[in-house]
Amino acid sequence: MANKTYQAGVKEYRETYWEPDYVPKDSDLLAVFKITPQPGVPREEAAAAVAAESSTGTWTTVWTDLLTDLDYYKGRAYAIEDVPGDDECYYAFIAYPMGLFEEGSVVNVMTSIVGNVFGFKAVRALRLEDIRFPLWFVTTNPGPPHGIQVERDKLDKYGRPLLGCTIKPKLGLSAKNYGRACYEGLRGGLDFTKDDENVNSQPFMRWRDRFLFVQEACEKAEAETGERKGHYLNVTAPTVEEMFKRAEFAKEIGARIIMSDYLTLGWAAHTSLSKWCRDNGILLHVHRAMHGVIDRNPHHGVNFRVLTKMLRLMGGDHLHSGTVVGKLEGDRAATLGWIDIMRDKYIKEDRSRGIFFDQDWGQMPGVLPVASGGIHVWHMPALVSIFGDDSCLQFGGGTLGHPWGNAAGAAANRVAVEACVQARNEGRELEKEGKDILTAAAKHSPELKMAMETWKEIKFEFDTVDKLDVSHK
Amino acid sequence: MSEVQDYPSRLSDPKSRKMGTFSYLPAMDADQIRKQIQYIVDQGWNPAIEHTEPQYAASHYWYMWKLPMFGETDVDRILAEVELCKQNNPGNHVRLVGYDNYKQTQGANMVIYKAPLEGEVLKEMEQAAAVHAYDLVHK
Repeated sequence: MANKTYQAGVKEYRETYWEPDYVPKDSDLLAVFKITPQPGVPREEAAAAVAAESSTGTWTTVWTDLLTDLDYYKGRAYAIEDVPGDDECYYAFIAYPMGLFEEGSVVNVMTSIVGNVFGFKAVRALRLEDIRFPLWFVTTNPGPPHGIQVERDKLDKYGRPLLGCTIKPKLGLSAKNYGRACYEGLRGGLDFTKDDENVNSQPFMRWRDRFLFVQEACEKAEAETGERKGHYLNVTAPTVEEMFKRAEFAKEIGARIIMSDYLTLGWAAHTSLSKWCRDNGILLHVHRAMHGVIDRNPHHGVNFRVLTKMLRLMGGDHLHSGTVVGKLEGDRAATLGWIDIMRDKYIKEDRSRGIFFDQDWGQMPGVLPVASGGIHVWHMPALVSIFGDDSCLQFGGGTLGHPWGNAAGAAANRVAVEACVQARNEGRELEKEGKDILTAAAKHSPELKMAMETWKEIKFEFDTVDKLDVSHK
Repeated sequence: MSEVQDYPSRLSDPKSRKMGTFSYLPAMDADQIRKQIQYIVDQGWNPAIEHTEPQYAASHYWYMWKLPMFGETDVDRILAEVELCKQNNPGNHVRLVGYDNYKQTQGANMVIYKAPLEGEVLKEMEQAAAVHAYDLVHK
């Protein structure tokens, strides 16, 4: 039945795409954007424009609009809210209907909703703050190749955070010297050592040589300590074919875990790699190099919590999350928010952590958050308290910089993490009693004692985790 | 450089072997073990006891002592089972597990009794290390 007539010309977006009475459906994909409009553009018009340009709309009416049920397919701006502490910007909530996106394709979702619209003239800046992925979409994605529980079972490591170390200098070591640095860290008590994000296959250390030396380092450390060890072999490569060639070789020599830089590698390539990891029983560590380009500007880009959700959908067993300690309070709350997004089955809306929507992950496994960068043994009590057991704490300089070398640095960290877990289990408050706990442990560990003397004591003045809910921004 | 201390771990020395969480700390005394058991109980996890001959400790599977103690919250009864396990398996390591059935994993897993490495066991472990070393070089 023909119920509309074609009228050429330009309509205001809000006539079609602003629906304040709309009640979002469970099957809708929901997004919240922080909009900085051009001067003079009304809020509703800018919000509607974003909804239009990220879904079905274009700048003018076209006759082919009438060949489809555009009222179904359009994205709808359904709410606008003030941004606390910022008069210039506001949040626009947009609902996208099922059917607008290809099942199992994060690539397709992001191409739509952070595609052309980010260059759109009606807005001066635009930031995607959060997405609620509906359960139907979640279940069409592969998710982590193994997840936290399977990783623990495979490695036989329970009841404590895992420990890692990025090998430094990140560039310039020969493969054999690099393997030496790994071996020393692993025999000292680390669970993992790690390639840095830009360690691929440079002239000073070709990938194949690195893989072989590092694998021997892992195997000797395993035989020596009786514990399972891994090194994140970075298989990020210039082509997908090369990436898989390196992954296959890692499998052939018995590597337990490989690594990808998911943003620079590309999401389709990363997702293929993740599926390969599940098929081949190899854990996948994921680095987020380039995220700062996308997520750092508070007015433009994509918040890291969205990048986190994307990664959990595409698949990865570890993801760098930030360390929390030493950062601003707001960052701390936001980081705690996306740590939950990585690990939990169901995350409730919590504006104090920057979480705008309930997110149901169904049965999808969780991703292990990785705290890495600028941390040392004095941070251990806070890290154990904040991150809990399901995390990987990575001390690069905090291992390699020990005056007695990597093995001693590793042992210091291992003793410290175990002492903190033991004390926590006994009911002690880590962030308040951290110094006493470490000092007592150091009586039995000269390596820890030396580490504590080497790195400067930090103050244990953090609130306990329960009290961390503060206003976002 | 004279102040630098060597890290005393050796493939040839079975005493260098570690066994998971808390194996880098001194052995726990009775009171400390009691507190860890209490922690497992307080988390709502199911306590379980496992043991093994030291030379096979790297295996995923140790021997279960009876069955996990589903629903057991009495620390003394759990400790009594640990004692029974030790008495019946002299020379074995004993570990305590807390099964978290909600997360479908082990929330806790710690060796609470380390058997001394001596005699035939020690010899066997030394031989195994030699095989490991050979494999590393010749594979």
